[in-house]
Amino acid sequence: MKQNLLWKSVLIVAVLLVFVYGIFGIPSSLSGQGLAAALLQRIHLGLDLKGGTHLILQVQVNDAVNVDAQQAIERVKDALRRRNIAFADISQPDPANNPDHIVVKGVSADHSSDLRDIVSTDLPEYNLASGAQDTYTISMKPSQLTELKNRAVQQAIETIRNRIDQLGVSEPVIEEHGLGQYQILVQLPGVDDPARVKEIMQSTAMLEIRQAFGGPYSSEQEALSANNGVLPPGSVLLPGRSIGDSGGEPHQVWYLISRSSAVTGRDLRDASASRDENGRPDVSFQLTNEGGRRFAAFTGSHVGDKLAVVLDNKVQEVATIQEQIHDSGVINGRFSEQETKDLAMILRSGALPASIHYLEDRTVGPSLGADSIRDGVRAAVIGMLAVLLFMLVYYHGAGINADVALIFNLIILLGFLGFSGATLTLPGIAGVILTVGMGVDSNVLIFERIREELRNGKTPPSAVEQGFAHAWITIVDTHVTTIVSAFILFIFGTGPVKGFAVTLTFGLLANLFTAVFVSRVIFDYVLNRKQRGEALSIG
Amino acid sequence: MEFFRNPNIDFLSKKWYFLAFSLVFSVAGVLSMLFWHGIPLGVDFRGGTLVRVKFTSSPDINEIRALMDRAGLHSARIQRFGTAANDEVLIGLAEKETSEAALDRGRAQIISALETKLPPGKQDLNNASAQTIQAYLLSQDPMHLGTDASRRYQDMAQTIVHQRDAVQSGVLKSMDDLKTVVPEPVLASLNQGFALSNFGVRNVDVVGPQVGKQLQNQAKLAILYSLAGMLVYLWFRFELIYGVAAVVACFHDTLITVGAFSLADKEISLTVIAAILTLVGYSMNDTIVVFDRIRENIKLLRRDKLADIVNRSINQTLSRTVLTSGLTFLTVLALYLFGGEVLRGFSFALVIGILIGTYSSIAVAAPMLVAYQDWQARRSNRRTPPPAPAESRREKVRAKA
Repeated sequence: MKQNLLWKSVLIVAVLLVFVYGIFGIPSSLSGQGLAAALLQRIHLGLDLKGGTHLILQVQVNDAVNVDAQQAIERVKDALRRRNIAFADISQPDPANNPDHIVVKGVSADHSSDLRDIVSTDLPEYNLASGAQDTYTISMKPSQLTELKNRAVQQAIETIRNRIDQLGVSEPVIEEHGLGQYQILVQLPGVDDPARVKEIMQSTAMLEIRQAFGGPYSSEQEALSANNGVLPPGSVLLPGRSIGDSGGEPHQVWYLISRSSAVTGRDLRDASASRDENGRPDVSFQLTNEGGRRFAAFTGSHVGDKLAVVLDNKVQEVATIQEQIHDSGVINGRFSEQETKDLAMILRSGALPASIHYLEDRTVGPSLGADSIRDGVRAAVIGMLAVLLFMLVYYHGAGINADVALIFNLIILLGFLGFSGATLTLPGIAGVILTVGMGVDSNVLIFERIREELRNGKTPPSAVEQGFAHAWITIVDTHVTTIVSAFILFIFGTGPVKGFAVTLTFGLLANLFTAVFVSRVIFDYVLNRKQRGEALSIG
Repeated sequence: MEFFRNPNIDFLSKKWYFLAFSLVFSVAGVLSMLFWHGIPLGVDFRGGTLVRVKFTSSPDINEIRALMDRAGLHSARIQRFGTAANDEVLIGLAEKETSEAALDRGRAQIISALETKLPPGKQDLNNASAQTIQAYLLSQDPMHLGTDASRRYQDMAQTIVHQRDAVQSGVLKSMDDLKTVVPEPVLASLNQGFALSNFGVRNVDVVGPQVGKQLQNQAKLAILYSLAGMLVYLWFRFELIYGVAAVVACFHDTLITVGAFSLADKEISLTVIAAILTLVGYSMNDTIVVFDRIRENIKLLRRDKLADIVNRSINQTLSRTVLTSGLTFLTVLALYLFGGEVLRGFSFALVIGILIGTYSSIAVAAPMLVAYQDWQARRSNRRTPPPAPAESRREKVRAKA
């Protein structure tokens, strides 16, 4: 028995040491400040405690589908032309909601097998269905559609992470949010100027260099009439700002731009902020080898033609090709210096595959975080002291036992937080306090049962034995139910609420060990030292 | 010390009082939800913009309302926040003014409306970022620093922001508050480019309508799933009727707690939902302790009527129930009194819920077991002779052998 007790005590001390290490690690010094610093290093504080910005972004995945569908339309048109098959129209009837639905009109029934052939060879991701009156519907296979959307979200996460890393935000969280709603959660602790960061994250940064056929026109009407009312095939009207040296306010103008691009942002190797010969800020970029070859081929064959730099479907600059350009270029668009720096950075980080917008934005100022820590810790200490004191008064000797168990419980809980890298939030601190209140329940259950057994005339050792045995079943049941609700909170909750679920769960798990095992060892130790028949101090 | 020594209270005989009590509170809550305050939803669920502002001195609500009106924010809700000594105000915009395209506009409008009293041409030091301050100092260069000016001014800007946010809890009352932390020439330069508004922004929540709806759904689902999870666990551990009784008791607690929020016109936020889920778990704890004892006593006292067994079990666990609830209540009360404004709603839900949760395990869940058995007995009396319960039949066989 004594031997057994010794081993159990050793186990308890070992567990305790491990979790104390979990809380503090190896502190640089044992002074109060050294310990506090070590504690903060191990335990991550949530945004609500250290201040910062919490954002939820919606990725407009239909943008990515739309891009794919438009490429598919071009490929079908090309293929039909190559085979000399006549068609009336190929378009998306509902690009906003069902961008992957493409309707082909006017392909005669004789050629339906050709169309089937084209779709199966050129568009393996799409299905073809034939309708009435020479109409066919091409739509993306459901599995491919889901994959494309998920890929867009992953790419967006990657791009945003690149951008935020370059801004030097420490410990950002960027991850998919919710279940299949194409949302991204971004947490930026301690960001000084969230408005700028948000703008940088949101910028799509689709850079394309395309041929310009004409412009500037002051309105769309003018552009149409200049081209006899029809836009030339393969061209599109895009807005831009007038970049004249006439001074005055820049106003919106229109350019006639090629639909296909010579190079895009994907072909960039590097981009940086620079200045033009007049000292105005601009952005210069270098192309990859592959992109450079294509650009050289294009500019070589188009000397004298005009070239447009298009960013997010807005024309930034139109210039005449003087000579063959190999692998570098400049974007000049009346930028401020900060804008050129941000643009260069955004271009380096790559384009977003789809536009994003913000669904939720919560910013906690650093002053509030500091107050919350103070209030939370104060409430925790007061609540804890009240419980410790009550247990001493109510249960005397056994109260010490419960208090020791409670303090161990707290150490293990904090150690868990340190080891797991889980985040401590303000509701999380509340969870710690609740753990104290609910954790003491196990002790109360056991003690009340022991008292009952003693009243029924049992000897102290057998009362303790019976008390623990009976209470154990109840304790397991109560813990399981609370952990079930904490688990559901963890799944559904975000940020602060998740932190609460984590501390509550850890606290209750630790409680199983402390209230049942540690308490029992202390009782056995006390009983061992007592004379046979001596009373147990349990109030 | 001992509060209850062998209590022997006939709880079941008071079931009509219990029923009346529960009905009064549930119905009052439901009536308030339907006809009076509705279910007051916080910005988390309602969507909208909420800016929490701390002023340097006691704020004049009417003046703030006038400023908002002038900025065109006619529907802004303005209310004091926390204790009067806090000098804090919440300014809220409804969901329809928080369109998803311009999620940020409301915040910017509120802040610029409050800044109108600033002298022209000066920036607001109370709402400037460290980056803005650094850029300003770099352009003025009051210390005539050489090569490492950028780094030195960055440090200074961060010191200023730290003094404002951490030491003075969010707002500087006068430029002299910075005297101790920055050199004289820097302070003079700051005085030229900056002025102090009478407020600082502590917290901003902007929730688009889509997220609000999504969170509402999630909260409802979370509570339902958690009740369902408990039902299944209790069904597995006890019997179906135990699970049903416990879940009804928990639902009763949730209803009354939400009703209390409606009656008190307190807003339900995400953390309040967390508190309610905790209550579901907590109330379930209490119920299980009683049920466990009932199960144990049924085995020991097979001859007794279920009503007597239930009564006895409640009495045996009464001491524990009261102690645990009392202690948990104590910690929650500490949270309510000292935990600060952010947790006020959360701890309010727990304070109400722990009282109701304790009551319901004695007054709702246990009597339901007895009522169910009575009902079953009556029903089987009417139709067929009562079949002996499976377990006791087995026992009889064993007894014969």
